Amino acid sequence: MSRARIAWIALIAVLVWLPQYAEAFWMQTGLFAMSAAIGAIGLTLLVGTTGQLSLAHAFFVGIGAYGYCYFAGDSGAAGTPLSAPDGLGLPPLAAGILAVLLAGLAGAAFSPIAARLKGIYLGLASIGLVFIGQHIMQNASGITGGFNGRDAKPFSLFGFEFSNTNPDNFDVFGVPYGQLERLWYLGLVLVLLSAWYARNLLRNRPGRALEAIRDSEVAAAVMGVNVPLYRGAAFMVSSMYAGLAGVMLALAFSRIVPESFNFLYSIDFLVMIVIGGLGSVGGAVLGAVVVSALPQVLLHYADRLPIVASPGGSGLQPNDAARFLYGAAVVGVLILASGGSAGLARRFRGAQPTSKEKTA
Amino acid sequence: MTQFLQLAISGLMLGCIYGLIAMGFVIVFKATNVVNFAHASIVMLGAFLVAKWHGSLGFFGAIGAAAVACALAAVALEIAFLRPLRKRVRSVDALAIMTIALNILLGTELVRAVGNDLLPSGAPWGADTTNVFGAAIPQARIAAAVVALVLMGIFYVIFTRSNWGVAMRAAASEPEAAALMGIRLGRVAGGSWAVAGALAAIGGAFFVSFPAGGVSNVTGLLALSAIPVAVLGGLDSTAGAIVAGLIIGVAQQLAAGYQDELSFLGRGLSNVIPYVVLFVVLLWRPTGLFGTRELTRV
Repeated sequence: MSRARIAWIALIAVLVWLPQYAEAFWMQTGLFAMSAAIGAIGLTLLVGTTGQLSLAHAFFVGIGAYGYCYFAGDSGAAGTPLSAPDGLGLPPLAAGILAVLLAGLAGAAFSPIAARLKGIYLGLASIGLVFIGQHIMQNASGITGGFNGRDAKPFSLFGFEFSNTNPDNFDVFGVPYGQLERLWYLGLVLVLLSAWYARNLLRNRPGRALEAIRDSEVAAAVMGVNVPLYRGAAFMVSSMYAGLAGVMLALAFSRIVPESFNFLYSIDFLVMIVIGGLGSVGGAVLGAVVVSALPQVLLHYADRLPIVASPGGSGLQPNDAARFLYGAAVVGVLILASGGSAGLARRFRGAQPTSKEKTA
Repeated sequence: MTQFLQLAISGLMLGCIYGLIAMGFVIVFKATNVVNFAHASIVMLGAFLVAKWHGSLGFFGAIGAAAVACALAAVALEIAFLRPLRKRVRSVDALAIMTIALNILLGTELVRAVGNDLLPSGAPWGADTTNVFGAAIPQARIAAAVVALVLMGIFYVIFTRSNWGVAMRAAASEPEAAALMGIRLGRVAGGSWAVAGALAAIGGAFFVSFPAGGVSNVTGLLALSAIPVAVLGGLDSTAGAIVAGLIIGVAQQLAAGYQDELSFLGRGLSNVIPYVVLFVVLLWRPTGLFGTRELTRV
């Protein structure tokens, strides 16, 4: 057994054991990080492996989140006093799967534009999806609940609910497992499955084809890769990952609002995969953990950190501090990349391999 | 009909400002191959400085000072961050991601500086209107359009007549040949960033002056609409940026003016209309209205 594998097993064991000790704050932060990790894996397949810049990821995450809430929500709820948004009342598992498929479908629906546009034009046009998506989420209030958002039904599997009830008192080694602890395991499984699927995809024929497209579209086509098909498929798979991230996010928040799926959220995803190293699945997960946990951690320890002010006080707010830190991290990665750290520059299309990498 | 005319004229004038801001974006892309997301922050920086300085320098004095400051800031960004990266990596995406990171840093600091206030830009017009062809047009818009048109005219002459303009166009179309002919690419790149910075500051000052009346913490986000404008016109066409600015200005004004008739499309339609127009046009012309088609050489 290799050393790396032992480290992985140890890490997973720690994560499995964590709900025994960690407070609700850490559970919540962890759930956000897991959702972000799934989304970031999807984006790195598109940006890192296929070489297609996309800033629309927040839109597809939103589709997944709202899709889940709509499919799982109670049907005919429009009669209630606050006129809650409508739903289909499907079982949560089916709703989750349908939400992921819906996000994939949205990705495929964008493909007439995606197939025609090249390179940076598609990246810039994709910004439009985020703004149009937010407009729809705020206005289609029959489905989305409008500006105030809507509740997400708790997930359940074979009668076991991932919430604080049903079973009501669920203790593991004397520690009560509520919604957050139960979702923790669901999230862990989903992240592992997502990473495993992405790694397999990259190591097999589709992954090689996508890398070939990134390095040279013409060369890939000459080698017999169906370029439009693979690019469309990469967009779709990436959207489905985003959809799953959205389902996870809806479950972790229990309530979703349109404001969450804004342009800055798309930028966050891009920052995650750049910090982690483009095209690397493990890197995407690491970047997601750093970017989504950093503001929370700074907030948590604001009173003990030197420069950061506690929320509301004067001085550097934790949120801003986090943005400065990861903005600087991206600059650092881009400036220093081709020096030592893992061939990042080479992963960008058209970059020259450094002499070090040539000899390797 | 009067309402339509009023909206159309007002839209054209708003479009001039969009065109001015997008022109800077296009100049930078042409000269240095950088899709500059930080342009949005520089627009906000310009507007912010005008709001800060108009008390002591007057509105136009503040615009001049802000234009110089933003030009210097843009050159500093180019030399410190983009130039070292461009030497190593030729990919447009990597450079774009760098400017996104710079936009995060600069934008966060500006939002912090502005806070939750609306800082008045000190434009001397307020809400006064003047009759143009029987339509009441805000004077702020007229002034903005006049300034934008004059600047566009000046830059048209500079691009086509001056040595610097010819050098820039040569560097954009064939960098290696231009360098061999003795054109200093670094200087051309710096110059284009300076011009873009100055245009952003001037455009920003007028952009926030009406109807908002000043800089707020969403100015940077609103200034992102320069990106759909630039893409719509074609990323490497300065004339395209101006035409696209006019189109989007008019579309946005019409969507805002007829929002009651268009209410079935939801509230706040005018904020997303630039992107709707963009998608429709991109389906028809994938490189924008006047963009050069990318040719692939094997």
